[in-house]
Amino acid sequence: MAQMTLIQAITDALRVELKNNEDVLLFGEDVGQNGGVFRATEGLQKEFGEDRVFDTPLAESGIGGLAVGLSVTGFRPVMEVQFFGFVFETFDAIAAQMARMRYRSGGVYNSPVTIRSPFGGGVKTPELHADSLEGLMYQTPGLKVVIPSTPYDAKGLLISAIRDNDPVVYLEHMKLYRSFRGEVPEGEYTIPLGKADVKREGKDISIITYGAMVHSSLKAAEELEKQGIDAEVIDLMTISPLDIETIISSVEKTNRVIVVQEAQKQAGIAANVVAEINERAILSLEAPVLRVTAPDTIFPFASAEDAWLPSYKDIVEKAKEVVEF
Amino acid sequence: MEKTKELQNIESQFETFQILNEDGEVVNKKAMPDLSDEQLKELMKRMVYTRIWDQRAISLNRQGRLGFYAPVAGQEASMIGTHFALEKQDWILPGYRDIPQIVFHGVPLEQAFLWSRGHLAGGQMPEGVNVMMPQIIIGAQITQTAGVAMGLKRKKKDAVAITYTGDGGASQGDFYEGMNFAGAYNLPAVFVVQNNRFAISVPVEKQSAAKTIAQKAVAAGIHGVQVDGMDVLAVYAATQEARKRGLEENGPTLIETLTYRYGPHTMAGDDPTRYRSSDLDDEWEKKDPLVRFRKFLEGKKLWTEEEENEVVEQAKEDIKAAIKKADSAPKQKVTDLINLMFEDQPHNLVEQMEEYKAKESK
Repeated sequence: MAQMTLIQAITDALRVELKNNEDVLLFGEDVGQNGGVFRATEGLQKEFGEDRVFDTPLAESGIGGLAVGLSVTGFRPVMEVQFFGFVFETFDAIAAQMARMRYRSGGVYNSPVTIRSPFGGGVKTPELHADSLEGLMYQTPGLKVVIPSTPYDAKGLLISAIRDNDPVVYLEHMKLYRSFRGEVPEGEYTIPLGKADVKREGKDISIITYGAMVHSSLKAAEELEKQGIDAEVIDLMTISPLDIETIISSVEKTNRVIVVQEAQKQAGIAANVVAEINERAILSLEAPVLRVTAPDTIFPFASAEDAWLPSYKDIVEKAKEVVEF
Repeated sequence: MEKTKELQNIESQFETFQILNEDGEVVNKKAMPDLSDEQLKELMKRMVYTRIWDQRAISLNRQGRLGFYAPVAGQEASMIGTHFALEKQDWILPGYRDIPQIVFHGVPLEQAFLWSRGHLAGGQMPEGVNVMMPQIIIGAQITQTAGVAMGLKRKKKDAVAITYTGDGGASQGDFYEGMNFAGAYNLPAVFVVQNNRFAISVPVEKQSAAKTIAQKAVAAGIHGVQVDGMDVLAVYAATQEARKRGLEENGPTLIETLTYRYGPHTMAGDDPTRYRSSDLDDEWEKKDPLVRFRKFLEGKKLWTEEEENEVVEQAKEDIKAAIKKADSAPKQKVTDLINLMFEDQPHNLVEQMEEYKAKESK
């Protein structure tokens, strides 16, 4: 099995699906000859031709509209939004058009579009590049939202996203692109959308999280272990729809929960996870469910990022608060 | 604003293309499209039909029997003329006013009425009828047209994608993005702007400093033409040329049709007397597309009062039957809507499905 970074796993998944289905088209700003600003599409234009992997004019709304039009004429577009902070420019195409295609057409048309985009903080980008806007996607009926945290997951989930017959927003945390390697099988395999993964089993507290915070949570779990607390870490992987079954069975086992997200408290999906637990398992709880999030400000200027982003220490602290409640 | 000579030179190139003048006389013989007598009559039939349908729709709306409706009277030549140049395999991406074009492309009248009423069957385009649901977001259909046109070209369908918007729509960023994408990829796309002079209440003069909307094509490097939108033959000829150009890979075309809507923006409380003078209404009614084309056909002895009455009666009958069919459409249930969200229902919808099934069976 090959050792790959997260971004290599993404490129590999794109290659698998370009090979697998000639209706898969890859496009966006700089994705062709340049291979994408992060090199996610490196070498793919050369391998599959300009017909399949192509640059677009610099206009996000136009890219979204192109994807909508291609999807109703039988293609499977994989569009790149260069940075997810730019999604506002194409929000109509995603939320008002693709997300409603099946519904508005009474099931006659569908939009099997994959919207790939880098997001998330910690790499000191200029403003409006790193925002955690996944909550906006979560709040939009008709979309699925996937956020991988490991190279293995990234590949299997992206292949599933591309094969899905409804629009899937696939968010790639920039900090995870090249920060570590993991084992990735060759060829094709899929990980089902809508399923969470227990990244670490434990019995004292459940840490429910996604994206880069999976790694902070795992680090926090190690620290907690030293202090005699056995934490379970759940990586949601798909944040819409949520994997309620995995969440609730963990809650019923540990009886104590924190939800961790990099997004601001008012953003992201932590509040929804709390609400689901409240509705389904409140009597299993020994303590209130608390959240570790960023504060409700605009995503910070680059040099304030380290102070602003939740850290593993914040997670340790909050977990202890819940355990000691 | 004082415009430079260079700018004036560019703007003055977009002269209004016309074949029939207001008196129904041919003023541009060499541009006359090659249409048989039967085809000429068919154009008239469709315009008369559309005018009657519009009147009936307004009246049905007032009785509370139709729902959302955007009147079309005055714009028949722009709508019917552009559509008549299309083939069955072509795709239409309409705005919400462009219902006549999609009905003549194969969407049943009762389905158009169901769309007006906000029924899910309104968007269920029949197999082989290449029509998108009427767009509500002004301009969203224009970028999608580039996508559909790219899809058609890739699949070698020998078909074009045509889209419609109004003078207000030409102010949207998506208008430029759609044309620009279609130009950059050399796609078989036709962008029609029905310039009816008012975007709800805002006059076209306030939309842009550009003298014409057609000239906006220049910025995207594509062909642009301004057409007398009350002259069905000019509209037809311009669209036919645009279609051919697209299929021959000579680029997309922007067609601006100068037209006027006699009625309100929609039937939801718009009062045009708040923003239009009756003098302007009178001025445009003199250009009426039906009056003009009727004169032309009568001059060729191709049209009689009897024939006109036949179309009127046919339209009334069809509408009556279509409304009856629409009335018998199944009542919508929340479970129907839940079913339309995804191919595979996620757990939240599975749960909500159960909840609403129980409610609906009570």
